[in-house]
Amino acid sequence: MADSGAVPALKSALHAPIGHDSAARHVSGEALYIDDIPEPPGLTHLFVGQSAQAHARVTRLDLAAVRAAPGVVAVLTPADIPGKNDISPFAGDDPMFADGEVSFVGQPLFCVVGETLPKARAAAALAVVEYEDLPALLDIAAARAAEAHIEPTQVMRLGDAQAAIAAAPHRLAGRLGVGGQEHFYLEGQVALVVPGEGGDLHVWTSTQHPTETQHVLARVLACPDAAITVEVRRMGGGFGGKETQSVQWAAMAALAATKTRRPAKIRLDRDDDMAMTGKRHDFEIGWQLGFDDDGRLAGAAFDFASRCGFSTDLSRAINDRAMFHADNAYALQAAEIVSHRLMTHTVSNTAFRGFGGPQGMMAIERALDAAAWSLGKDPLDVRLANLYGVAGDLTPYGQTVTDSVAHELMSELAQACAYRARRAAVQRWNAENTQLKRGLALTPVKFGISFTTTHLNQAAALVHVYTDGSIHLNHGGTEMGQGLNIKVAQVVAHAFQVPLAAVKITSTRTDKAPNTSATAASSGSDLNGMAALDACEQIKARLAAFAREAYGGEPTFGVDGVRVGERHMSFGAFVNEAYLARVSLSAAGFYKTPDIHYDRESHTGRPFYYFAYGAACSEVVVDTLTGENRVVRVDILHDVGRSLNPAIDLGQIEGGFVQGMGWLTTEELVFDARGRLWTHAPSTYKIPTAGDRPDVFNIAIWGPGENRENTVHRSKAVGEPPLMLAISVFSALTDAVASVGGHRVIPELDAPATPERILAAVSDVRSRL
Amino acid sequence: MARPIRFLLDGEVRELGPDTDPTLTVLNWLRYDARRTGTKEGCAEGDCGACTVVLGELEGDRVRFRAVNACILFAPMLDGRALFTVESLGREGALHPVQQAMVDAHASQCGFCTPGFVMSLYAAQRDGAATDAASLKDALAGNLCRCTGYGPILAAGEAMGGSPDTADDAALIAALQAIRPAEGLALAYKGRRFFAPRSADELAQVLVEHPEATVLAGGTDVGLWVTKQHRELATVVSLNAAGDLRAIEDLGDRIRIGAGVRYADAHAALAALHPEFDALLRRLGGLQVRNLGTVCGNIANGSPIGDMPPALIAAGATLVLRRGAARRELPLETYFLAYGKQDRQPGEFVEAVVVQKPAAGRIVRIAKLSKRFDQDISAVCMGLSVGLEAGRITDARIAFGGMAATPKRAAQAEAALAGRPWTRETVEAAAEALARDFTPITDMRASAAYRLTAAQNLVRRAFLETEGGPAGVRALAPVAAHG
Repeated sequence: MADSGAVPALKSALHAPIGHDSAARHVSGEALYIDDIPEPPGLTHLFVGQSAQAHARVTRLDLAAVRAAPGVVAVLTPADIPGKNDISPFAGDDPMFADGEVSFVGQPLFCVVGETLPKARAAAALAVVEYEDLPALLDIAAARAAEAHIEPTQVMRLGDAQAAIAAAPHRLAGRLGVGGQEHFYLEGQVALVVPGEGGDLHVWTSTQHPTETQHVLARVLACPDAAITVEVRRMGGGFGGKETQSVQWAAMAALAATKTRRPAKIRLDRDDDMAMTGKRHDFEIGWQLGFDDDGRLAGAAFDFASRCGFSTDLSRAINDRAMFHADNAYALQAAEIVSHRLMTHTVSNTAFRGFGGPQGMMAIERALDAAAWSLGKDPLDVRLANLYGVAGDLTPYGQTVTDSVAHELMSELAQACAYRARRAAVQRWNAENTQLKRGLALTPVKFGISFTTTHLNQAAALVHVYTDGSIHLNHGGTEMGQGLNIKVAQVVAHAFQVPLAAVKITSTRTDKAPNTSATAASSGSDLNGMAALDACEQIKARLAAFAREAYGGEPTFGVDGVRVGERHMSFGAFVNEAYLARVSLSAAGFYKTPDIHYDRESHTGRPFYYFAYGAACSEVVVDTLTGENRVVRVDILHDVGRSLNPAIDLGQIEGGFVQGMGWLTTEELVFDARGRLWTHAPSTYKIPTAGDRPDVFNIAIWGPGENRENTVHRSKAVGEPPLMLAISVFSALTDAVASVGGHRVIPELDAPATPERILAAVSDVRSRL
Repeated sequence: MARPIRFLLDGEVRELGPDTDPTLTVLNWLRYDARRTGTKEGCAEGDCGACTVVLGELEGDRVRFRAVNACILFAPMLDGRALFTVESLGREGALHPVQQAMVDAHASQCGFCTPGFVMSLYAAQRDGAATDAASLKDALAGNLCRCTGYGPILAAGEAMGGSPDTADDAALIAALQAIRPAEGLALAYKGRRFFAPRSADELAQVLVEHPEATVLAGGTDVGLWVTKQHRELATVVSLNAAGDLRAIEDLGDRIRIGAGVRYADAHAALAALHPEFDALLRRLGGLQVRNLGTVCGNIANGSPIGDMPPALIAAGATLVLRRGAARRELPLETYFLAYGKQDRQPGEFVEAVVVQKPAAGRIVRIAKLSKRFDQDISAVCMGLSVGLEAGRITDARIAFGGMAATPKRAAQAEAALAGRPWTRETVEAAAEALARDFTPITDMRASAAYRLTAAQNLVRRAFLETEGGPAGVRALAPVAAHG
């Protein structure tokens, strides 16, 4: 067992800026997405027949011509479903096919199983559907007037906010409309199902939630969960849009495969995808604020109303998270947070990066801007004065904030980006220029980490060590581009002190890591990293017992191999010896987040294990003649704890910011008067391009960052929080518009701040001077 | 002339028989027939760039490399060209420098858009395009990424450098010359037909014989009839192979742009007319669209929101229509009769557009308003050209897109300017006159109210700019940190 010297010196993979594990396959086109998998013989292709009405009774659905069309293998309707016609995550109100009544334009009515996609599509057009229109609630205002809710209005209270506001030296109130957002994952919804023996199904699907896919398919098909294996190697983007809303398509393909005994593929065309899948909830928010002469808060009240669409989906938790983030990073002192979850006859809105948190934060940032302007103060000073850690530590839901670094982040960022000098320069510019106005804003983000549904905070992993020392890594998290797999692989490589290349990353499968939660809530690396680490520690404990017995000492895992006393051997040689001594080299790891609890009845508890923080400063310019605008400079300082991988984390920060910027500027969902989505393709729905990236864009990970909680190597979640850094852009745009009126009136600027909305806000400010 | 479609893939000759579906897209051929799945479908309408491939084509004694959208490119359009896909470049373990630069810059996350970006960058590098940050933002405007925020991709573009890999160009030129079509292309597939004649004369003849044919130029609009509307086009006549329609002629005080001239080809000639054309063309579609779409095609299809017509109408352009040997020339604005209806007879085609060079001293302004700056469709688009003599307006031509069912001149606003001094008061009267010229509609791009107000302000801004007003939000740098 002499040292062969073959083990190369290894820098620890942990905390290193290592590239995405699939990068070389991405750039060469070798990375396989579902539609790239070689098509199995006998494959059928699915096309979905959609409702043309927002709310109607279906008085006639004649599919005879569809069935008779060339190339049609089967036509699926509710009558074909052996189990339940329900693809909802839990509420039981989301039919796979509308049955008798349609609830939004685009709702699936039936599905054609064809020999080819063009044939299936052509056949679907032959359906005869007749409707009897019912009253349709198409937006928040209509639903609110009709008192149409998906669950009762929720209220969260801290103290007596109304009394505190009434007694405060200064009071302000306002409203804010916040638009929804289409995920626009570049890879649309897609699933491939291959039937096996005995009714088994193998399902490849682009999903963030393999386990829920498994459960729903079993529910629809009335078969055991164990008959269904769901697999996903990677998604071409998810962003929340494939957490629940990927399931319906996999379920249709599973039904088709079961019924025809042939493989089935469904891949939604972009326009159909945008019409048939839910989006970020749009919100209508009322706010009231009471504060003193220095802008210190006495109390705040918020009234949230969101468009949930026709079914519950995840809207309860999403709106809960909006309430949890009404305070953003500020001690409100007293708070009243009311949340109306409105049912509309539009597609069911769903998870989207931030999960209600972004909408929740928008109003307090607008309100603090307004408070500062009303006092003639710099909004940064008012923000700083109200931060947790400065002004208090109790949240409206009763959790004490013990880890706030918002003040440090904002102060350091203000210094680094010369905020004060630039504020003065912006003021000078605006005093001297009438047509082009500049705006500047520095805003914080505090984002709660954990699923607020406590039981979801668990994860499973499976680690095999083979006798050559190579390692098979599997866990319940899914890869959608966020770099989860490389981060978990780094954790495993570090645990065994082996080169990263020794760790094989594998596709996520329900038969390897069972009963998993969605890869969501930014929790991927926190949960799965710890579960994988647990598996590694189990194997290492067995190896240690083996070493004690075989060699009489404790093994030390090092970058140059394993040492036991005087012995020094490669990792491969060591584990092979353990194998020969009949030691199991495979372990299932498990993790559950400790110390969290939440009572939804009273909206109190400790829903979050910890908070992630960041700060951003954005400078914009607007043309007051046209509303054209541009973000000219952005500076970001973000806390990721001790970064597992700074390259991956920087990518999440920049990408999240730009996605948030799109949400608040160019991305506008427009429905027509009949409830049809008018912006159903990239020709009309405009996500940011390379040209929208600010020319000056400085991003830094906060050096001292370290999670105070015992997370995986003291890192912090990073998937969602950076999106909300883009609220600084919206605040800066509001600042620029407000400058038209010398900040004497608060602009009525809603999101997204399109050129049209900016021009209208400018005109409105002028009219109110 | 039943011959196959003949093109190069990775430098090797490939043929698709004369019974090929003429509207088979290159994307579907690659993914489902050739099993080259690196090229992705993101939208199937030429707006996201995930399907970007590169076409090589002979231009004089060199090869030009152009990024195009495979999703709306019909297979016959490959004839005589060289096709490169992401698989042409390199594999894991032996990456092309462009691919390696992307890896090194952490420029992929989910990876689905990545092959498209690689191919756009590859085209820029092989074609010797500028690769500074600003040029890259233009070159990549037709590629959407939802993950990265673009910074790492731009960094990869800058790092890959501008030195093209020209080692194989001689072989490629020889191979392209070897497959240069000697005759036009004619395909027949299930009763549908496709013709790509070799000259304008032949094209005119084919259209006389098939007066109801769909005329295909770049396919950036017609492609969507197939991929989005799922129309079966019975007869398609392509002007891609008619070399003489590719000409840009300098006629002294005018330039004549042939029907086959793509935006990318016309860019320099139009930019030479006035820098405002340059600014407009940079944001007209993405580069992939400009590499296929033609100036005349944008006119011929008569979209009320086409970006080019307002600027060309303001510039006094005329349109040459041809049927058989007969030609007629008409002012561009009169070509647009009503929504979806143009002054083009069966068998007739747009042969060229003739654009006046603006006289020195004329005020020329082209302005486009859209939700997103790059690669968006106009909410409002204005072309304005005003002649001045001793401070007095000799003539004014103002045209708008997005304000009516067709691109349209603002007759009342023009009348308010003609003969008057170029002053704030005159321009204000013209701006107000726009309310009599137009009754715009509300749609997903803008409301009627915004369209009218913004259009009026564009006229006002044109005046302010002549008074030294600011050039717009794009030209402004951040404030200095100290000063």
